[in-house]
Amino acid sequence: MNPELASAIPGPSWLIERRTAAAVRATASAMPQVDEEIWRYSRIDELNLDRYAYSPAASSISGAGECLSEPLETDPVAPAPDVFAEWNTALSEPIVLRTVRGQVLEVPVVVEHSVSEGQITFPRLVIHAAADSEITVVERFRSDASGAALVAPVVEIHAGPAARVKYVAINELGTDVWLIGHQLAWADRDSTVSLSSVALGGDYARVRTEAVANGQGSSTKQTALYFADGTQMHDFRTIQSHIAPRTQSNLLFKGAVKDTARSVYTGLIRIGHEAKGSSAFQTNRNLTLSAGAWAESVPNLDIETNDVRCSHASTVGPIDVEQRFYLESRGVSPEIAERLIVLGFFDEVLEQLPLPALAAQLRARVAAKLDGVPAVLAGSVGG
Amino acid sequence: MSGNERHTLEIRGLEAAVEGKQILFGVDLTVSSGEVHAVMGPNGAGKSTLSAVLLGRPGYHVLAGSVTLDGEDLLALPTWKRAAAGVHLIMQYPTEVPGVKLDDVLAEALVSRGRSANGLENLLRAEAARIGLDTELLHRALNVDLSGGEKKRNETLQLAVLEPKFAILDELDSGLDIDALRDCARRVEAASNAGLGVLAITHYSRLFEELRPDTVHILVRGRVVASGSPELADELERDGYAKYLGSEPEAPAAGKRTGLDDLFAR
Repeated sequence: MNPELASAIPGPSWLIERRTAAAVRATASAMPQVDEEIWRYSRIDELNLDRYAYSPAASSISGAGECLSEPLETDPVAPAPDVFAEWNTALSEPIVLRTVRGQVLEVPVVVEHSVSEGQITFPRLVIHAAADSEITVVERFRSDASGAALVAPVVEIHAGPAARVKYVAINELGTDVWLIGHQLAWADRDSTVSLSSVALGGDYARVRTEAVANGQGSSTKQTALYFADGTQMHDFRTIQSHIAPRTQSNLLFKGAVKDTARSVYTGLIRIGHEAKGSSAFQTNRNLTLSAGAWAESVPNLDIETNDVRCSHASTVGPIDVEQRFYLESRGVSPEIAERLIVLGFFDEVLEQLPLPALAAQLRARVAAKLDGVPAVLAGSVGG
Repeated sequence: MSGNERHTLEIRGLEAAVEGKQILFGVDLTVSSGEVHAVMGPNGAGKSTLSAVLLGRPGYHVLAGSVTLDGEDLLALPTWKRAAAGVHLIMQYPTEVPGVKLDDVLAEALVSRGRSANGLENLLRAEAARIGLDTELLHRALNVDLSGGEKKRNETLQLAVLEPKFAILDELDSGLDIDALRDCARRVEAASNAGLGVLAITHYSRLFEELRPDTVHILVRGRVVASGSPELADELERDGYAKYLGSEPEAPAAGKRTGLDDLFAR
């Protein structure tokens, strides 16, 4: 990857300039190291970019209708939190969804990206929701059944005043694929933004998700279901950022690890001095289903005003013995009791997904994973 | 509930410990189909330990003795097989299991008993109406946000659906109002008339206004110190447990039966 690659991607001159500038910055940046705080616990030291060749993202879009748009020079630009987001700015051809004032999309837009062996791709999805409009977008990441690849997606959400935006990312990647992704959302006055992630696939899959309540009265919600088995690792960095008064944020992340899989959750609630009268809640719960599995949960608070309501809760541990005993005392075998408890644990997240049919498919995938059925045999969701 | 078959649950010399502390010091009880045995005792007598040990609750350890169901060694089985074999526990404090729905659990419970889950929905509705449980709760997470009365109605409904050979009621009468108590007790009584054997563990006798015991046992400091007719429950209601407690805290209780082992002899 290099700046020449960025400048060769077609587009208006301002976009080519922006891409090239990002590529120059990215080229000049050092690769992240695990001893940096934000990459703590990660597997970033295992990353060898030489294994992959740049390829444009292979994407399909359905249900977008007239919302499908082009990037405009006047659009707000998301700053790149790290070198992968910078490369994404340099090498992506953004899919832009744009609503008009008051528009309500009844049906979710579905964006699918397919990753193939040996590729490094940079999908970028940008949602501009105009004032008082409503849109739901599901973004799915899938890959060939086997083969190493790296996907570094960015989704940018700009919710206008009183807009309602729901976004769901679904990682169904193969177990040799790396994902290093970013979710960035800004909630303008009185808007509501929901960012959800369902992570079942990937070898090492890291998502940094940041919801910024930057208009007063706005509210953001971040949810995730993640379930790693085998040698998979899921790594989430969450940021709930409040920079306007009377804003709300809610976060619910639930994960499970099985076999020798690992997961890391690091969450930050950041409330600026100007965000008086705000509330922020953060819950992270993790089930460790095998003795060799490992999960870490690290909540952090950074609060600059007293006039806030704030709480965080985090747990890591095996299935509750009393819950297990209750089901077994009804005559349910330990294996089925475990299955019911784990599916029940995740239902709190699945029930919040915007598409009930999708929730049912994902529930079946979780069940198959619990039973140790390889994804290839279980079939991918939505087939 | 098992037709005309006659089954026997036999507890012999049962000794058990929790957290390294011995609680049961040799319990003997035999319950047969259709019989209702009350086990009464003061706080700390080992009542809940008895129910926990019968189903193999984690943290409880059997030190000696046996429990058999129709001669089969129940203690050799894991919890779920004991339940599937026909021993059902109604818990004093039913555990909340977030996200796990009652109907899903009962469907699995029927399948593990070799029964079909077809018709479960109708059965659930009929039993819910009979026990006075809101049918909304049939499809909700187990015991989550239920009142004390709803929890016990739910427990009793499960008993009715699963049709075990024996039911262990661990303080069915605690934490619920008088109406719920009556409904639950009547349902168990009806099941008992249809063949269910019942071991009703309780502190108070109010449960027995609707569920008539055939035999009352008094459990004190991990032993059955007296057994007798239902009038024994009335006597306890009137006089309390003082007579059975003895004066010295560690001394064996002086009961109607004599010949209790000296605690210090073991």
